[in-house]
Amino acid sequence: MQQIVTGNRLIDGVVVFRGPGGSWVEAVDAAEVLGDDAASEAAFAAAMRDFANCVVVDVALIDVKAEAGHVVPLRLRERIRAEGPTVKSDYRPDLRPWDVRQIG
Amino acid sequence: MYRYDEFDAGFVNERVSQFSDQVYRRLAGDMTEDEFRPLRLMNGVYLQLHAYMLRVAIPYGTLNSAQLRRLGRIARDYDRGFGHFTTRQNIQYNWPALKDVPAILAELAEVEMHAIQTSGNCIRNVTADHFSGAAQDEIADSRPYAEILRQWSSIHPEFSYLPRKFKIAVTGAAHDRAAIRVHDIGLEVRRNDKGEIGFGVFVGGGQGRTPMIAREVREFLPEADLIAYTDAILRIYNLYGRRDNKYKARIKILVHETGIEVLKQDIEAEFERIKDGALKLPAEEVARIEAYFAMPDLPARPATSAVLEAAAGADPELARFAEVNLHPHKVPGYASVTISLKPIGGIPGDASADQMDLVADIARAHAFDEIRVSHEQNLVLPHVALDDVPAVYAQLKTLGLATANAGLITDIIACPGLDYCALANARSIPVASRLSERFGDPARQAEIGPLSIKISGCINACGHHHVGHIGILGVDRRGEEFYQITLGGSPDETASVGNIVGRGFGSDDIVDAVEKVVDTYLAVRTDADEPFLATYRRVGDAPFKEALYGA
Repeated sequence: MQQIVTGNRLIDGVVVFRGPGGSWVEAVDAAEVLGDDAASEAAFAAAMRDFANCVVVDVALIDVKAEAGHVVPLRLRERIRAEGPTVKSDYRPDLRPWDVRQIG
Repeated sequence: MYRYDEFDAGFVNERVSQFSDQVYRRLAGDMTEDEFRPLRLMNGVYLQLHAYMLRVAIPYGTLNSAQLRRLGRIARDYDRGFGHFTTRQNIQYNWPALKDVPAILAELAEVEMHAIQTSGNCIRNVTADHFSGAAQDEIADSRPYAEILRQWSSIHPEFSYLPRKFKIAVTGAAHDRAAIRVHDIGLEVRRNDKGEIGFGVFVGGGQGRTPMIAREVREFLPEADLIAYTDAILRIYNLYGRRDNKYKARIKILVHETGIEVLKQDIEAEFERIKDGALKLPAEEVARIEAYFAMPDLPARPATSAVLEAAAGADPELARFAEVNLHPHKVPGYASVTISLKPIGGIPGDASADQMDLVADIARAHAFDEIRVSHEQNLVLPHVALDDVPAVYAQLKTLGLATANAGLITDIIACPGLDYCALANARSIPVASRLSERFGDPARQAEIGPLSIKISGCINACGHHHVGHIGILGVDRRGEEFYQITLGGSPDETASVGNIVGRGFGSDDIVDAVEKVVDTYLAVRTDADEPFLATYRRVGDAPFKEALYGA
């Protein structure tokens, strides 16, 4: 099972993912993909230190499928967190709507 | 409308500076999330899927143009250019940064607004009929009573840690547009045969995972006893309401488990003890608050408007708007105008900063500076001269706000669902958008007549699906979105909880299923004058079940 670590940045709430080297990145494709339980445990423990240090909140390990440079969370909820709302909006040109059937 | 006195202003400003300091300490690392979470929730700041969410209270849904313009400015300067009006007559911002929340709250305080008691186990924003003070059929304006309840319940020390949240709604008319029978306490203004004002009091309604219709505990509570009696209900609830199980903690469960008669005796005994004390509501105080809500000075006009009739005669779209979105006003020559936030295919309840500015401008020019937010997630201009309707309509149209669908099938209530909400199991907004597109043709909507669709993305029922004529509940079934249909719900004086009609439908099938329900209604109704709810109550589930699932 492949996993990544996610959370929300404390200062602005933005969804972030733990990248290689322990940085927090906004693009899900830049997340560090964890290939086994030991890697997941170590990354989660490190992320919880960032929680304790007031960098991120709501830290969680989530299941993903990583292939061809793309990281796709398995649960719809997590895909929506990673990709943004699926709904079209006239007010948010910065975020495109997306179709859950197009990914994964 | 009500204006803050020095106590209100002082208190709100104090809270802004207190919470600003708490945010600063949290960001500086001097406070843990466990310490900070209850403090942010007390100030309306949630953490949702994508970001923080700030819920701002709009007491009984009443705004002036300066306040609405400020809400738009906050959307533009601190959020992503829009806000979302909710079923509790509040507004939510979906993307504020925590570091900006103190500045936002300071901006709100400047226009006498705040986010206090929009979360937590306290008495939440008191809601009211959105046509209060204007509706032809009302006995009295419900907002002065809602304001009195707001003052009594704001940071009430005894009721700040209730077993669970507590919601109160007030209607001034027998025809209930405030859904009072699905609130913890519902109040209906009534007049007795001596001509005195009082209240029908309903207790224990609610939606969520255990929907219940409230029970009447007083047919006529004298006006002077409003606060004492409400206080007695809250005290009994605070004492006996369950704290061991969050899902059984609302007063509706206490009513159900204890029995209304026993509970009523307890309430009456407590009321008897306190009714002649400090909580007695003096008539002068009611009059003082009522003065804030006085009807604006509406110049006399003929009951019908030649201007509107001529303009509508030349423009069928305006004619449809006037037919569908105007509500009868108590003063001849005026109407209350519903501004639909349900454009066809759009997101129910969303408004952009520019739209908020425009509505504020129109309210100032044509509507005596008054705006309301309805629990149906629309805006209302309560006082508009019929002569001004063409001009109001023309301006609304410039920013897509002239959809003529108030009360029709595309006037859909939907919660934010899984697109935004951390609690949701399925998406609501895309289902609402697709249904709106399916039924968007004006002729088809007119043929179908009054019909409400209400959609919730989880069992918490923020989208009021239990009381939709057609209710839709999104669930997660092994990782897939699934939608259950309920039929026959109603939030008005004939309140009922909808019945689950059968097994649910996948995302790809839900719109077709609703269309089958609607087509079945059209086929079995006696005639075009029998609305959906009446037909359902007459024929029951059977024809709808057959249409959906076969014989």
